[in-house]
Amino acid sequence: MARELIIEPVTRIEGHGKVTIFLDDDNSVKDARFAVTQFRGFEKFVEGRPFTEMPSIVERICGICPVSHSLAAAKACDAILGVKIPRAAVKIRRLLNCGEFIQSHALSFFHLSSPDLLLGFDSDPTTRNIAGLAAKNPQLAKDGIRLRQIGGHIVEWLGKKRVHPAWVVPGGVNEPLSIEHRDMMLAEIPEGIEIVQKTLSFFKRIIEEFRKEIRTFGNFPSMFLGLVDKDGNWEVTDGYLRFIDSKGAIVVDMIEPTRYKEFIGESVEEFSYLKSPYFKPQGYPTGIYRVGPAARLNVCNGFSTPLANLEWAEFKDLERGPVLSSFHNHYARLIEILAALELEDQLLRDPDILDTHIRAFANVNEYEGVGCVEAPRGTLFHHYKVDNKGLMQWANMIVATGNNNLAINQSVLQVARHYMNGPEITESMINRVEAVIRAYDPCLSCSTHALGQMPLQIKVVNNRGNILSEKMRD
Amino acid sequence: MKKVSQIQTLVIDGKEVGGRHDETILQVARENDIFIPTLCHLDGLTEYGGCRMCIVEIKGMPRLTPSCTTLIREGMVVTTNSERIMEYRRGILALLFTERNHICSACVSNGHCELQGLALKLGLTHVEFPYIFPKMPVDATHDRFIADHNRCVLCSRCVRVCHEVEGAHTKDIMGRGITARIITDLMQDWGESKTCTGCGKCVHVCPTGALTEKGKSVAEMEKRRQFLPYLKLMRERS
Repeated sequence: MARELIIEPVTRIEGHGKVTIFLDDDNSVKDARFAVTQFRGFEKFVEGRPFTEMPSIVERICGICPVSHSLAAAKACDAILGVKIPRAAVKIRRLLNCGEFIQSHALSFFHLSSPDLLLGFDSDPTTRNIAGLAAKNPQLAKDGIRLRQIGGHIVEWLGKKRVHPAWVVPGGVNEPLSIEHRDMMLAEIPEGIEIVQKTLSFFKRIIEEFRKEIRTFGNFPSMFLGLVDKDGNWEVTDGYLRFIDSKGAIVVDMIEPTRYKEFIGESVEEFSYLKSPYFKPQGYPTGIYRVGPAARLNVCNGFSTPLANLEWAEFKDLERGPVLSSFHNHYARLIEILAALELEDQLLRDPDILDTHIRAFANVNEYEGVGCVEAPRGTLFHHYKVDNKGLMQWANMIVATGNNNLAINQSVLQVARHYMNGPEITESMINRVEAVIRAYDPCLSCSTHALGQMPLQIKVVNNRGNILSEKMRD
Repeated sequence: MKKVSQIQTLVIDGKEVGGRHDETILQVARENDIFIPTLCHLDGLTEYGGCRMCIVEIKGMPRLTPSCTTLIREGMVVTTNSERIMEYRRGILALLFTERNHICSACVSNGHCELQGLALKLGLTHVEFPYIFPKMPVDATHDRFIADHNRCVLCSRCVRVCHEVEGAHTKDIMGRGITARIITDLMQDWGESKTCTGCGKCVHVCPTGALTEKGKSVAEMEKRRQFLPYLKLMRERS
C-alpha cells in the first residue's frame, strides 16, 4: 500500500515547514514535497496603505532579514518617487546590507547548521543544537555569537535597532552615520575577519568528512540566479540579474531587475503557501533555478575585495562548472561573510559615507516600482503599484526562499531516495532530510525564534489518511 | 462688574492643594505635579471630556468623574490613582485599541504617539477584548496631509483646533458611537475641501498617527504642539 511520511515541523530553520515523502507499495520513494504551512498575506493586506510605510511593513515579514526586505521595498519606493537617491544614501544602504549578511549568515552557519557539521548528522538530537555545540567546541560557539554581534552592531548603530529598524526610507535613509559609530564599526572589522578566516580553515578541514552529503545534498544540475555588478563581480545591493545554466554558461546577463517578469514566472502548488518561481523561457516545472550564497558565487566573475576573491577562486575549484551541491551553501556563506566585512571596511573608509545629504524628497511620480536586492538567502524582488495619491494598489514579492522552492523539493526527493532503505523510517534519513533543507537556510515565516527546541513530529500516513505510525522527538 | 476669583482648597491624593474656583481638578492637579493621564485634553483647546482617561474618584460620589471637566469645590477629597481607577483606565485604553487598527510597528507615529505612550505608562501589556478590525478608509487626497481613520481615537482635537484656533471648522464628527468618524466639510475628500486652509494644526494636535504629513515614513512623524497655548494667548489679547 502506498504510504506517506510526514516530517512536521522541520527544525532549526526559520519558520514552519513540513515535508511529506510519498512511498510506493514496495516502500520506494515515489515523490517528496516541501510545504510551507503558514499563510502570511502581506501582498494582500498592504493594499490601501501609503507606500511610504512599505519599508517598515515588509520588515515584519522576517525577524532575521528585515533589512533585506526594507532595502528592496525602499528601492521600489525610490522608483515610485522617480528620484535618484543621494550618493551617501546609496553607500550607507550598502553598508547596512553588509551588516545584514554578516549577522544572518553567522546565525545560519554557527547557530543552525554547525551542530550538524560538528556533532554529526547522526548524533543525539537532544544535544545536536547550539548548546551541544557550546559544550563540545565552546570557541566555535563563541565565535559565532561574536560574529553575529559584529553584523548586528552595524544594523543597530545605523538604524538604532538590531531588529526591524525604521531607518531605510523611500528616497534614502533618515539619519546619517556618525563619526563615532563609523570608528566603532571599523574597530570590530579585524576581529570579524580573523574569526571568519579561522572558521573557513576549520570548515575546509572537516569538509572531507561529508563527501556523501556533498554528493547527495541537492547535487543536481540546475540554473543559478544572482546579482552581479557592472563588471560581473559579486554584488548584493545594487546589481543586475544574471542567470547561468548548469554548465556555467551565462544565459541572461546585465538585466535590470525591473525586467524580472520577462524571465521569472510564478506558479502555485495546492500543497504549499510558498509559490514556485521558475525560469520563464524553460517553463514550469523544468525551469528550476537556485539562488543564495552558492548561486551568487557561481554566477559572479569574482569578488572586488582581495581576501574574498582568493577564497572564491578556491571555492570555484571544487568543481569544473558551477558548484552544484547545495551542501556548499555553508562554505559560500563563510566566504560571503568575509566579503561583507571587507566591503564594510571599504565603505567606511569612503569619505562620502559621513555625508549628511542622505535623502531625496518627492511625491508620486511613477505608478509602479520594482526593488531588488540580494538577501542572505537569495535574490529578493518587491514590485509595487500605487495610485496617484500614493496608496498601494498591488504588490508582488518573490522572496529568496521562493526562488529555491523547486530546488528544495528536488533536493528533499534526492536525499529521501538515497537514505530511505526499506520500509523503516530511520533517524538518519530524517536528519538528512532536515539538513538538506537547512543547507538552503530557508526563511519560511519568518520569525526571530530558532525552532531547535520544538519537537519533531513524524507520521506515516497511508493513502486514505490513516496514521500508521507516529514518532515524537523532544 | 468683573468677577472676583475665589480660592478654594481641596485634597488630591492626600495632598492639601488650592486653586481658583473656575479651575478644573485636572488643572489644579497638574499645577501641583500630580499626574493624571489624558488623551483628548490639550492645553489651548476647550475641554471635551470624551476620552475618560482622566477619571478620578471624588469622596461622596459613587461614580468616577472626568477631572478635565469637573470644577474644584471647597473641601473636595480627590483620589487620582486607586486600583479601581487604573483598572478602568486600562479598560478604556484597551477598548480604544480594539476599535480601530492600531498597528504601532508600521505606524508613522510609532515612538511619538500619545496612545502608545499611555499604554506604556499605564502598563497595558495585553488587550483581552476581541479586536474589531474594521475596514477603515485612508484619505490621501490632500497634497500635504493624510487622514488614516484606522488610527483615529475620536479625541476631536482636530475638530476643536480647526474651529477654535484656525476658525475654519473644516473638520467635524459624523455619526454616533462606534460608527462615529472624523469628516472634512460635508464628508468630502480632504483634497476637495473648500474651507481647509492647509495650516496643518489638526495634524500636529492629533495624538496618534491618524493625521500625518505626507511622505513621512514609519516612526518619522513627530508632532509640534508648542504653538497652541501661545496662539490662544495672542487671540485672547486681541
